[in-house]
Amino acid sequence: MIIIVGNGISGVTAARNIRKKSKEPITIISSESTYFFSRTALMYVYMGHMKFEHTQPYEPHFWPENNIDLKQTYVERIETETKTLVCSNNERISYDTLILATGSKPNKFGWKGQDAKRVQGLYSKQDLESMEENTNGITSAVIVGGGLIGIEMAEMLLTRHIEVHFLVREAQFWGNVLPPADSSFIMKHFEKHHGLHMHYNTQLDEILTNSENQAIGIITGNGEKIDCQFVGLTAGVSPNIEFIKSSSIETNRGILVNRFLETNVKDVYAIGDCAEFREPTPGRPSVEQVWYTGKFMGETIAHTITGNRVEYNPGHWFNSAKFFDVEYQTYGNVSGKMAEGHVNFVYQHAKEEVLLHFVFEKESHRFVGINNFGVRLRHLVFNEWLTKGATIEEVLTDLRSANFDPEFYSTYESEIVAQFNHEFGTNIVPAKRKWWQKLIPA
Amino acid sequence: MESTNYSIAGKETQSLSIFKKLGILVFTIGILALVELMRMSIYDAEAIKVVYDWSFFGLKTFEWTLFDWVIVGSFTLQIVGAFIFTYEHHHFSIITLFSMHTNWVQKAGLLIGATGFLILVLAWIGLIDGGHTLFLWLSFVLMAVGILVNTYGLYGGHTRGIKNNYVWFNSLSGRGLLGWTSGIVLTLFYIQLYWFPESLDGLVRLFDPLSYLITGAKSSQWFVYGSIYTFLILFLGIKFIYKYRHNRYQIIRTISVIFFQVVFAFSLPYILESFNDYQGYFGKDLKNVWPLNYYGTEGYQLDAMADPKNNGANIVGVSGTFYFVWSLLLFLIITPVLTYAVGKRWYCSWVCGCGGLAETAGDSFRQLSSKTRASWKIERWVIHSVMVFVLAMTIASLWPYFTGKDYVIGGFAITPDIFYKAIVSLLGLSALGGALLFWKRRHPFLLVGTIILVIFAVLLTFAYNEYVASKGKEVSEIFRYSSYSAIGVLVLAAIGGGIYFFKRKQHILAIGMFLLLLVGAYYTYSHFAGVEETVALSSKSIKKVYGFLVGAAFAGVIGVGFYPLLGNRVWCRFGCPMAGYMGIFQRFKSRFRITTNGAQCISCGNCSTYCEQGIDVRAYAQKGENIVRASCVGCGVCSAVCPRGVLKLENGPETGRFEPNPLIVSKEGVKLNM
Repeated sequence: MIIIVGNGISGVTAARNIRKKSKEPITIISSESTYFFSRTALMYVYMGHMKFEHTQPYEPHFWPENNIDLKQTYVERIETETKTLVCSNNERISYDTLILATGSKPNKFGWKGQDAKRVQGLYSKQDLESMEENTNGITSAVIVGGGLIGIEMAEMLLTRHIEVHFLVREAQFWGNVLPPADSSFIMKHFEKHHGLHMHYNTQLDEILTNSENQAIGIITGNGEKIDCQFVGLTAGVSPNIEFIKSSSIETNRGILVNRFLETNVKDVYAIGDCAEFREPTPGRPSVEQVWYTGKFMGETIAHTITGNRVEYNPGHWFNSAKFFDVEYQTYGNVSGKMAEGHVNFVYQHAKEEVLLHFVFEKESHRFVGINNFGVRLRHLVFNEWLTKGATIEEVLTDLRSANFDPEFYSTYESEIVAQFNHEFGTNIVPAKRKWWQKLIPA
Repeated sequence: MESTNYSIAGKETQSLSIFKKLGILVFTIGILALVELMRMSIYDAEAIKVVYDWSFFGLKTFEWTLFDWVIVGSFTLQIVGAFIFTYEHHHFSIITLFSMHTNWVQKAGLLIGATGFLILVLAWIGLIDGGHTLFLWLSFVLMAVGILVNTYGLYGGHTRGIKNNYVWFNSLSGRGLLGWTSGIVLTLFYIQLYWFPESLDGLVRLFDPLSYLITGAKSSQWFVYGSIYTFLILFLGIKFIYKYRHNRYQIIRTISVIFFQVVFAFSLPYILESFNDYQGYFGKDLKNVWPLNYYGTEGYQLDAMADPKNNGANIVGVSGTFYFVWSLLLFLIITPVLTYAVGKRWYCSWVCGCGGLAETAGDSFRQLSSKTRASWKIERWVIHSVMVFVLAMTIASLWPYFTGKDYVIGGFAITPDIFYKAIVSLLGLSALGGALLFWKRRHPFLLVGTIILVIFAVLLTFAYNEYVASKGKEVSEIFRYSSYSAIGVLVLAAIGGGIYFFKRKQHILAIGMFLLLLVGAYYTYSHFAGVEETVALSSKSIKKVYGFLVGAAFAGVIGVGFYPLLGNRVWCRFGCPMAGYMGIFQRFKSRFRITTNGAQCISCGNCSTYCEQGIDVRAYAQKGENIVRASCVGCGVCSAVCPRGVLKLENGPETGRFEPNPLIVSKEGVKLNM
């Protein structure tokens, strides 16, 4: 009996991949929802792009067909000695193998008023439901925390014609991840959106409440008062492990696991947002809270549980996001602060919202990573370049082959190469397309 | 109002509730009524002409024939069925978030457009006398201005990008009260158009001025239909372009469908008609390919093409011979070659008129198509059955025509012998192609298709031999053979389906299969009891069935009338034989695919939601697989709405088209990125 606690992308990926190789009974427990849904799509439900049922990647018949039981209950505590989960109503469920995929919860930093009504994060289905309720009929909101969920929340609120005050602690948006050029580019895009007021270098001091304990405004670290009827807390997330702390499973920030995703207790594993590596993959954080890594961990654990014990090896870093209308992808390592021995090359189009930020090693010219905004690039091609250690010259010569924009879109390769040649005194010539390739797009 | 939770409207699950079952039942009864009507019109033609009076509280007496009653009753049942089916997802409040946040520009646009539409409605119900140029132009100008103003209000205040805000809160696009109302009005219009054209007379007269201007003759219901159709593609096409002004693929594609509709489908045929006295074939447009254009094989069309008057030096436009050769080329060479090169999108979302309307006027409804696995199954059965039916019907209707006399066109005589050899070689070649593909791809569909083609070829050979042996008298023999095979297929399908559904504990469907078996048995019995006419359908009646059930009921009423209920591509997805034909190439022999970008998919579901063809795009994307589906019309909207740059429509080498993506761990196991 395999029990998976949590039906997010990690838990469900684990269940699916175990089922491919094993007939052992699997039960997925969640207190959030019976069926798996895509957390990343909650914003589209609020904006009216989709209905909640569209966020569910599998139809209900999928689960019985694959002999995966779904159980909606809340796990109160884990008794590892007897291999038992104690759930709400004191229901006891025993397991042979336990996979913890409990995800995250929004960070709160002890602000005054952080637990008031109309103050919330955006992570779960319940958050979406309460956000719908909390923002009904209001006119202005404050969002605290300059990350990806914050900008999603801003986009959501703007569609309901709610004024948004967005507090960003740093001088730059998402400055710990994006280099200054990239983040300034995104900040410029924010200015296009009416009703969005960015407050950089601004922290939250306290949330003001009325007699009914509802948020009515905030006071910033600079003492400025901003009236609002809703406060969105989006200053990151942290592992959701409260109920585990009473057990013999070791935790720190998250549930401590080795490179095989095994905890200190036999037959208990942790994957996804809630897992913390004792020895992280070189160059990567010990807690990875990204959709893709959750998916990879789920697939890795399935191998181990079905008898092929393997290390977690997520490969080259990649990620993506969308800031209002600007799509962002990244391949390899582009960090907020330039690493020593690395060279930056930034191409920005004069008119279109297009920016490509290349990073390569100064000495060897080996390509290190790219941030691309407003242009789609092929994952496979960049992954190959990173694996074989291609130089920046090789990347630029064949950049056309990595273009993933829809057909008939403007291409920027020749401009990019020309600018690079100009800046670095090189003489790169982009690979030519054959005449018939020009005739037939793509 | 306060308590309406807009986000979580709708249930979490999509399982088949009692409402859904009841809805399917009612809808099916509606469809069966149409089938029964067809049966009666063939075998019991007098019965459907009987007049039944009906008076409502003595106010007005309807003197409708049985035919009229069944038509109206059947579609009413279908709509009621659809209504019950979607009952749990309804929201009928008119004041929704959408209407609350509609800005004054949008409202002004709606008001102006509605005024223009009102003129049409007034003419429709006979309150405005037709023939006034002013009313017609006023109506069109107001509707055009209304659409443009509303579009500006809807998207103008936003930055360029995907703005599907409120789509599901909107009563029209979210299957709310407005959606249902417009679905019913559209259905009513189509019923009138196809079966009660005289009741549209008020509207037809309104269009006389335009008709005289373009064709020099007075208007007909088809001219009205064509004009409104073209108008909608043009102006809602502009709306579409503005909505997707950041996306050049969408812009170019939409300009293309507008161009083909305005020039090839509407203007050229009517203008050429006014230049040439002797008509017949000019009523069609050059881009209308068999098998979509099934009536192109009608005897009178072939007569017209061969007619010397349509091939003389005085002809304006293309000659009949050219049209004949062009039609063959288009079907046999151009369509397969282009579909191989770029996928069926070259036709479905760049050229086709049905597709043009779906992409422009129907764009607001694309999200309503069902993405369930069940609907995909239904889709595959229905579209391919229609396709086989059209093939059978075409051969069955061409055969008596070509055996009647030698067909002389462009100085070349097609004798029955040549015709027989040409058709059998075509069928044989296609079967050979199907067999080779089956050898390579091992897909059961290809085997079934190949067998069907062989059966047709064998049947035709039987018929031809009978024809030769009886020296040209037994021309209807082929129908007896088709009856045999039809019964055979019916019985086999019923048994197979029955076992299949019974094993899967789908008892209702198993019972349905049993009923089908009874029908087959009944036909077999009547055949041996000597009632040959029961099954030996004449070529005329086959065409009648097709024209009625597929051409009118399916392509028109359900295809367009049900836009706001079932989505904008019902016809293209479930019915169009041309789409079915191209789909086979696209699935098995084409360079086109939608590429998934490595492992970047976040399973958000925008792609699936906005796929008008009901393809669960996400199911492929999240596994890192390319989307290679027969039904994809290549509209490119999945790629456009994807927030993470995961999807790209492209043509590329066939190698690797079906290969899974190595970046998803499950595909390569632990070897990921190593």
